[in-house]
Amino acid sequence: MSAEAHDHGHDHEHEHHHHKDTFITKYIFSIDHKMIAKQYLITGIIMGVIGIAMSLLFRMQLAWPEESFKIFNVLLGDKFAPDGVMANDIYLALVTIHGTIMVFFVLTAGLSGTFSNLLIPLQIGARDMASGFMNMISYWLFFLSAVIMLSSLFVEAGPASAGWTIYPPLSALPQAIPGSGTGMTLWLVSMAIFIASSLMGSLNYIVTVINLRTKGMSMTRLPLTIWTFFVTAIIGVISFPVLLSAALLLIFDRSFGTSFFLSDIYIAGEVLHYQGGSPVLFEHLFWFLGHPEVYIVILPAMGLVSEIMATNSRKPIFGYRAMIMSVLAIAFLSTIVWGHHMFLSGMNPFLGSVFTFTTLLIAIPSAVKAFNWITTLWKGNLQFNPAMLFSIGMVSTFITGGLTGIILGDSTLDINVHDTYFVIAHFHLVMGISALYGMFAGIYHWFPKMYGRMLNKNLGYIHFWVTAVCAYGVFFPMHFIGLAGLPRRYYTNTNFPLFDDLQNVNVLITMFALIGGAFQLVFLYNFFSSIFYGKKAVQNPWRSTTLEWTTPVEHIHGNWPGEIPHVYRWPYDYSNPNHDVDFVPQNVPMKEGEEVLHH
Amino acid sequence: MTSLLVIIVLVLLAVALWQLTKIFDLTQVGSSSDDSQVASDNDNNIQGYIMFGFLAFIYIFTIYGLLKWGHLALHTPASEHGTLVDSLMNITWVLIFTVQVITQGLLYWFSFKYKGNKDKKALFFADSNKLEAIWSIIPSVVLAVLILYGLYAWNNIMFVDKDEDVIEIELYAQQFKWTARYAGPDNVLGKANVRLIEGINTLGVDMSDPNAQDDIVVSELHIPKGKKVHFKMRSQDVLHSAYFPHFRAQMNCVPGMVTEFAFVPTYTTAEYRELPFMVEKVSNINKLRAQKSADLVAKGGTALDPYTFDYLLLCNKICGASHYNMQMKVVVDSPADYKKWLSEKTSLAQDIKAAAAAEKPAEGTEVAKDSSIAKDTVKAVIDTVKAVVAKVAMK
Repeated sequence: MSAEAHDHGHDHEHEHHHHKDTFITKYIFSIDHKMIAKQYLITGIIMGVIGIAMSLLFRMQLAWPEESFKIFNVLLGDKFAPDGVMANDIYLALVTIHGTIMVFFVLTAGLSGTFSNLLIPLQIGARDMASGFMNMISYWLFFLSAVIMLSSLFVEAGPASAGWTIYPPLSALPQAIPGSGTGMTLWLVSMAIFIASSLMGSLNYIVTVINLRTKGMSMTRLPLTIWTFFVTAIIGVISFPVLLSAALLLIFDRSFGTSFFLSDIYIAGEVLHYQGGSPVLFEHLFWFLGHPEVYIVILPAMGLVSEIMATNSRKPIFGYRAMIMSVLAIAFLSTIVWGHHMFLSGMNPFLGSVFTFTTLLIAIPSAVKAFNWITTLWKGNLQFNPAMLFSIGMVSTFITGGLTGIILGDSTLDINVHDTYFVIAHFHLVMGISALYGMFAGIYHWFPKMYGRMLNKNLGYIHFWVTAVCAYGVFFPMHFIGLAGLPRRYYTNTNFPLFDDLQNVNVLITMFALIGGAFQLVFLYNFFSSIFYGKKAVQNPWRSTTLEWTTPVEHIHGNWPGEIPHVYRWPYDYSNPNHDVDFVPQNVPMKEGEEVLHH
Repeated sequence: MTSLLVIIVLVLLAVALWQLTKIFDLTQVGSSSDDSQVASDNDNNIQGYIMFGFLAFIYIFTIYGLLKWGHLALHTPASEHGTLVDSLMNITWVLIFTVQVITQGLLYWFSFKYKGNKDKKALFFADSNKLEAIWSIIPSVVLAVLILYGLYAWNNIMFVDKDEDVIEIELYAQQFKWTARYAGPDNVLGKANVRLIEGINTLGVDMSDPNAQDDIVVSELHIPKGKKVHFKMRSQDVLHSAYFPHFRAQMNCVPGMVTEFAFVPTYTTAEYRELPFMVEKVSNINKLRAQKSADLVAKGGTALDPYTFDYLLLCNKICGASHYNMQMKVVVDSPADYKKWLSEKTSLAQDIKAAAAAEKPAEGTEVAKDSSIAKDTVKAVIDTVKAVVAKVAMK
């Protein structure tokens, strides 16, 4: 029946007569892109809460090493936190699962999955995704992979603990670390399913953007959100399969005795049979996804921020075409820089030179984007809605975090800061916090579109400012302990008196993290209570130009009750001097003799 | 426990704030129009000022951080190439700080200056090829300089000349311990493979290799000042990373292959300890340790030892549960001291012989009457197997 509903999707009148959605088809196995977007968002938020909570636990261990906390015992149990002292293997497990959840489940699926699904059909003027059924399967595979990932927390020897990068041999040998037993198997199975989900989603996005744009919606009239979702999906399709192959080969090595990544290993008193494989090969395969993944995470955030900034500045985004070109340039470069994670992996140093060159090139399109955002603010009429605050915050953290990339991307400088807390500070700012800000901005901005109600703005302001101060409070001091040479993934630094003077900084970082983490509750409250009790939204609360705001507040299958609107202009006609109002929606025809004022 | 209290206080604070906004919302009942959750002119004004305040916060926090934590960063490099690395680092830092101050300044200043209100209309300014060109070309030029400098340095550091006079040392990594093997007088390391690990030959050195006869295995690394040390790294189980922060040196240790890194130490341990910044750092650390000791003693524990500086080799690639405690002391000696230290060490071949000799009498008393023929046969078989395995392994 649901497939049928989709077939008739274009014939809206027909549809309304025929179909009454049951609870199951409407809320669970829905093929409506708007519902699927909400499913992605809520799942992403739940995973986010778990991921962030884990980080708070290990931050407490780092600030007050081997001290006893009742909460550790309650949450981690007697095995991993006897007497409330966190054990060293569960510390590594927490670090690993935190990374996995945040990168894949929150910032990939939660961010891309939510907004690509919500906005692609609405902003290009389509009734739904190209394949609603595949879209539904994509979400449920994601859900399944999330369940499997979480279930790995409860296996006897603990979840995967080889770091989110799961480098073999550590991830391949249960003798090397207990988490590499069943926990690792579940991790790999979960990721394989996740990749399948991601590929289905991406293919759908690409096909929808190419084929289902409404009349007049040429590629150069697409909002930047759609451009970034489109390019992100392409990167995903190119790089995720490589991770899948790496995961499969690792499964072979673990379970069937092959030697793709293993060679000459003596562990627990015996020589293993593996011969001829190379862990460096795994690193290549992993980072061939792993680095583009960073852009899979940040590009959609960039798109959301561009859109929100233009709307709230009441100005066109500056350099629309330059923004598109820079997204394409970043996407292209992102696939040829993975080796900068491997300068010290033992690969030929000549490769290091090549990857230094390509990596530093990425700074150019990134700089173009940053300056274009700043120029968008210049002489604007800035409306500080919470979404706008998060957008400005995103540009700020993207610059702060991005600049230190010039150090890490330079092989010579990477020698001494590689795998220290400097790296943690860098990537959390540039892709973690930035993408999270982008996601929050998107939620505040499109909440009325998703739920027909408004989020509370004052709670939004509190949420933003406390988060902004805490984000800097956590990650700015972290650069210094990294420059002091403190390696990441250390359970405690107390074995190195050399690092004793870093302890106060660690305490400060943890305090900021705890405050920042606690204030996310403000957001959670705002989000879940506003779904039911928020102020009713008007059709176009932010006075925006894009097509999603021409749909009725009440969701209907097929999006527009009548004909799909035609598009006559680009998406950024804000404060156009030819018009009296300060925004002209894309579906408003050009006036007689109206000139196009942009390139 | 105090920290838990702090968390509770924070949560309560959050609740209080939320309650406050609720009250704030309630006072606006009259104006509960549909756009009550859209920023008003008043909101724009307040948020604009907070934007400005936040800019001040970033600047002040940066300066505070530099003053308060700047000294924590690794100081004077203890290797020859380290000065090259650090000068590139300093140039990069100047660039980063300049760009950071300017861009954050513009971002938040514009946010403050152009805070919106109902009477204003924004400037329609959609694009400018000139501006785009400016901010593509300037970064390109600056990056070209950085890339060239970086590549020059990288090539200098990473490629060891074949004819260069170097000391060859093997660094051997295993969960969770470092071992070093010196090449001995011939300065050539004997072949090795994990399949040859047996008894005290824990590195799997191939004792049939003539080059291995003079190899020396130690658990504390000594290197001479002013001489290039060429490290060859192996791992027997998982990935490790040999990280010498003070020497600006790092390389992963990969099972199944040999990786390398070379550097010239420029300060002996004694000299480095005397550097003013280090004297200050150590006294600072000892102050902190004294405080901590006082707490520990009060709780009935034992006091911490005072700290003296030593170079360290750390593991910097997650390698298992005790990754956080995989370290080795590194001592830089004067060339004369180094020679003396090394000459006092016995070679691995001698160690193995000694161990065998120590074992033999004990064996002898019990199994003395065993037929020596049977023993020899077993030994011959083992040797053949070993040789075959070794051959396969070397392939």
